Amino acid sequence: MIGKRLPSWRRHSRSTDTTELGFRIRLRSRMGMLTLILRPFSGAMGADLKGIIPIVLLVLAVGLAPHALAQHSTAFDIEDGRRVYEASCANCHGPDGNLIAGIDFGHGVYRRPFSNEELADIIVAGIPSTPMPPAPGMSREQAFRVVEYLRSMPTGRVAAAEGDPRRGRAVFEGKGECLDCHRVDGVGSRVGPDLTRIGLLRRAGELERSLLDPAAEVQPENRFYKVTPKNDEPVTGRLLNRDTFTVQLIDTDERLRLFQVADLRDHGFEETPMPSVRDKLSLQEIADVVSYLSSLRGEATP
Amino acid sequence: MRMISSRLALAALVVCGPLNAQVTFERILNAQREPENWLSYSGTLTNQRHSLLDQVNTSTVDALELQWVWQTRSLEKFEATALVVDGILYTVQAPNDVVALDAATGRIFWTYHHEPAPEARLCCGRVNRGLAILGDTLYMGTIDAHLLAIDAKSGKLLWDTVVADAAEFYSITMAPNVIKDKVIVGTAGGDMGIRGYIAAFDAKTGEEVWRFYTIPAPGEPGNDTWSGDSWREGGAAVWNAAAYDPETNLAFWGTGNPAPDWDGSVRLGDNLYSNSVVALDADTGELKWYYQFTPHDELDYDSTQVPVLVDVDWRGTPRKVMLWANRNGIMYVLDRVTGELLFGKPYVKHNWWAGFDEKGRLRRVPGMDVTREPKLFHPHVHGAINWAPPAFSPRTGLYYVSHWENSGIVAIEGEFPQAVGIHRRQTAMGQVNLEPFFNNDEEAYGVIRAYDPNTLDPVWEHRMADITWAGVLSTAGDLVFGGGREGYFLALDARTGELLWRASLGGQINSAPMSYSVDGRQFVAIAAGSALFAFALRED
Repeated sequence: MIGKRLPSWRRHSRSTDTTELGFRIRLRSRMGMLTLILRPFSGAMGADLKGIIPIVLLVLAVGLAPHALAQHSTAFDIEDGRRVYEASCANCHGPDGNLIAGIDFGHGVYRRPFSNEELADIIVAGIPSTPMPPAPGMSREQAFRVVEYLRSMPTGRVAAAEGDPRRGRAVFEGKGECLDCHRVDGVGSRVGPDLTRIGLLRRAGELERSLLDPAAEVQPENRFYKVTPKNDEPVTGRLLNRDTFTVQLIDTDERLRLFQVADLRDHGFEETPMPSVRDKLSLQEIADVVSYLSSLRGEATP
Repeated sequence: MRMISSRLALAALVVCGPLNAQVTFERILNAQREPENWLSYSGTLTNQRHSLLDQVNTSTVDALELQWVWQTRSLEKFEATALVVDGILYTVQAPNDVVALDAATGRIFWTYHHEPAPEARLCCGRVNRGLAILGDTLYMGTIDAHLLAIDAKSGKLLWDTVVADAAEFYSITMAPNVIKDKVIVGTAGGDMGIRGYIAAFDAKTGEEVWRFYTIPAPGEPGNDTWSGDSWREGGAAVWNAAAYDPETNLAFWGTGNPAPDWDGSVRLGDNLYSNSVVALDADTGELKWYYQFTPHDELDYDSTQVPVLVDVDWRGTPRKVMLWANRNGIMYVLDRVTGELLFGKPYVKHNWWAGFDEKGRLRRVPGMDVTREPKLFHPHVHGAINWAPPAFSPRTGLYYVSHWENSGIVAIEGEFPQAVGIHRRQTAMGQVNLEPFFNNDEEAYGVIRAYDPNTLDPVWEHRMADITWAGVLSTAGDLVFGGGREGYFLALDARTGELLWRASLGGQINSAPMSYSVDGRQFVAIAAGSALFAFALRED
């Protein structure tokens, strides 16, 4: 099955892509739509499209019907659809799908009710005489994955299935060991991101992605950092600030610490210590946790 | 491997818990045992603003030099006193951003931003005077009258309680007080006709536990000191920190002027409990006693200075007293158990005080009230002091106060009552003739003086050319730190007043100094202009 493992050529489109997206969106507002329409076919995006081609060929070779594939898409297919969306669509529609008037993918708002097939057709062929361009390099199968992602944006795919927030809370606080690093309603560690209001900040699909692939996108304020003092043991923690002469972080003992760079033998970013739940939790448990996280809105939790 | 080791470290955290100790109320109550920290607005709940650190002293102060500066991103007056807990300094960027800094370097850990509601209206600047802490939680009152609880480690909001309606001119500018398991704040807005109150909130949940109105409602004792319905919008705001005496479980707040400020004709009577100190049971908010400094005030003599609690040998007898240099130009010694006035007299040039009656109520020189006939008042409506915190040194036994001398001619113009200024209950400035603030050089100066609590006579003074809005700090190094509007930060000999050291900070000092230490090194910090400055002895 395609996409069960993220191919290595995709793993590097991550947080840096997010930054570029933001930049492109700013460009859009300053330079108008025309610039935008052209940009998806250049730069980092182009690299992604090149990567798509061998997959399409592989799909054709094994003879899978694209539609059927979409019907049985997995969380990983949606993740793939997200990457294509962010590379090809978000420039105009925005990362939340709400930059075109009358359309808000994140809330399931379209100009009219479209079937999945119609949406896939539009993605591939564009809409003539409008700024919506065709994507001649994109397969229909790929377009279906984008559609699946669009459909998942309001709720997240797995959560949309049968996630149960109460079960999710039990997994979150128990088997998942999430409170070892995270904090909800004043309970848990401050070292990782506080998730008390995460349901307001992230869509279910994004939460699911962070659970499956935590390193895919780490917000700048959540990056881990390691300092090695010349005469002491290394210290890791969430980076708060750094400048030419000092580093400030909250260490794994939840202490606010400042280090003088001159006193350090080494310092630098660490990969996030958050492990993927892929091999730890079942799909149902993931759906439950996503459902629980989506319910966290700074109010009483279930 | 790296991931595994991180996970192990985090797992260890869960087993062992955080290593750094929480700020319990026991620590706040006994803050003198840990002079490296500054755990409440005045350092201790006595409001003595006296640091037991003595590394910087009369012999070493020459080597005091700037260590760091933290610039706010605010052009509001910087009135906050910082807290320091185990090397972390917390302060407020006006109006309501909380920041956590490294106390040794001034580098920032985090900022919590509160966007006040546009309805927030303040008489005298969008200011904040500081924070309170309990456990791992910081508390801040906001100019739109919310009380916020903020995680001291992460800077995340824990709860947000609306204390009062900002659209009704309520605001909070004071540093809250933590007493036991409660956070207590008062409401500002007295010049705009609020009905002031003090309210206590559960520190964990933000739920209101008790409320004390500084103006009694009909049927309550004291309501008859307000004519008609004037009690409803009579001011008596509370906008500076309380003192707390654990032996009596009493907390003491000063209250502000009655509203409208100068037009007393619409609020006949003494106007209780404006311009008073109220002693409340800290658990219930029940009024135990009060003392009114200026009955029926018509000169805006807020009594929102912080009470200073001192145990002294009062004329041969040990007594628990409260020292109070009041805006009305009179200095008081009160028995803080009973509220009895022990002694009081003017500490600046004064011309309307005629002593006290047998109950301790202030007597006014006949005819010295505000009318259409212009009269010269000592002190002027700006008073002898505003809110700047004083200090007391148990080593010298002296009470240190920064204040000023001034006078002014005040007369009502036009008809009262009519239009009442930009705010509904504020006396229109156009209806009160306020002659220039300072009349001559003999009055136009700020001064830091040291007073003997037994006599209330000054032992020494340090004069400044301009007035001062800055509070003072005394230390076990026998120094008094202070400053003024000129932007000089000063160190004076606590016993003689001799100027031992100064630094020009290039901006008005609208705050009070405080001191702390990190890794055995003493710092003295002061806000001036838009920045916070920290000094320590030069390291050779």
